Amino acid sequence: MPQTKPDGITPSQTVGPYFAYGLTPNGKYDWNDAFNNNLVTPDTSGERIRVEGTVFDGDGAPVVDCMLEIWQADAQGRFSDPQDKRALPNSSFKGFGRIGTDAKGAYAFDTIKPGVVPDPDGKPQAPHILLAVYARGMLLHLYSRIYFDGEAANATDPVLALVPADRRSTLIATRQPGNGNPVYRFDIHLQGDEETVFFDV
Amino acid sequence: MTLVYPVQSLAAHPPRLSPAYKSTVKRSPTKPLIPMRHTLSELTGPVYGHETVREGDHDLTIHGKGEPIGERIIVHGHVLDEDGRGVPNALVELWQANSCGRYVHVVDQHPAPLDPNFTGAGRAQTDAQGYYRFVTIKPGAYPWGNHHNAWRPAHIHFSVFGHAFVSRLVTQMYFPGDPLFLFDPIFNSVTDEKARNRMISSFDLENTKPDWALCYRFNIVLRGRNATPMENS
Repeated sequence: MPQTKPDGITPSQTVGPYFAYGLTPNGKYDWNDAFNNNLVTPDTSGERIRVEGTVFDGDGAPVVDCMLEIWQADAQGRFSDPQDKRALPNSSFKGFGRIGTDAKGAYAFDTIKPGVVPDPDGKPQAPHILLAVYARGMLLHLYSRIYFDGEAANATDPVLALVPADRRSTLIATRQPGNGNPVYRFDIHLQGDEETVFFDV
Repeated sequence: MTLVYPVQSLAAHPPRLSPAYKSTVKRSPTKPLIPMRHTLSELTGPVYGHETVREGDHDLTIHGKGEPIGERIIVHGHVLDEDGRGVPNALVELWQANSCGRYVHVVDQHPAPLDPNFTGAGRAQTDAQGYYRFVTIKPGAYPWGNHHNAWRPAHIHFSVFGHAFVSRLVTQMYFPGDPLFLFDPIFNSVTDEKARNRMISSFDLENTKPDWALCYRFNIVLRGRNATPMENS
């Protein structure tokens, strides 16, 4: 072990344009995926949903070399992490997903709608999924949150309340019409008039 | 022990808008990021089963049918928190160019040869002390289109998970004494010299394997410090 206390954290650097064969091979490269975009496991309870969208840069052009990661609670609001004392140790729902955007800048995650997670004061937060965005041209990833259309709890969510009212809609995935499992659309704008709200966490 | 993740530590990171690295201009937010208190969502993070890292995933020289071309090296070190404690069971993912400076990625059209015995992807999990170890090939420098005669210093990409989703880190490890440091806008996007130097591995003669491979040490420090520091800890 190093004997001296670190003088700071290791700085971030961009994921670059060539991460796919290491981080998101997805059948295109001779390497196995540590993670993918399907979080649903056979023992997962809760409402099956799809979250999909496109990532755009400041010119409104799709970002075709972007990596997205999500982290979320299960349908009961528990995280698959021993640090969450309420977690179910034997559940196969891991709550973590990763995908690279395709040639049109699009992505999709198949997952379940998360439950209610308390804030530091014990007040309920509206159902949400944490999002991390990585790409060439991004020296440090960005954090955002995916909330859901039509949730009454959005009105009292302590984090949404921090966001200027005219920007809140960038954090709310919109329910798409159709039958079958619900599909929510969540586009990500790195810059511009519709810029997604990112958090300083 | 409860870890906290003060945002002050983020000062070590490069600014998101760093115009010398041209791609940042259209890919960095222009509106202020919203500060918020960390909730359970931010303070937890994924854990992995043993199936995530397979035997041999840490040795990039054995993934092909034969040995890859280039200078065999050992890259090892500790994943630490801000107090210097090892981060156990941390997933470390690595990807890199081959010894000629060419990536397997389909978009990389740099006219240097691919190596059929080297893909450049690896994975390891830290042990109980936070220690990890890879065997690989020293990557080559390569040109890129940022500006006239732009070359990236030789580097290895690292992706690391810590105790929380907010301690997630993607970075690049560099090699000591690279003459390209002065000219690389990605390396120099980190404005603080001390912080910049934390991305440079150190030559580790002690752990070099005679007649087999040179060794470099790269310690990775993630966010996270004890909420209530003990004296003399």
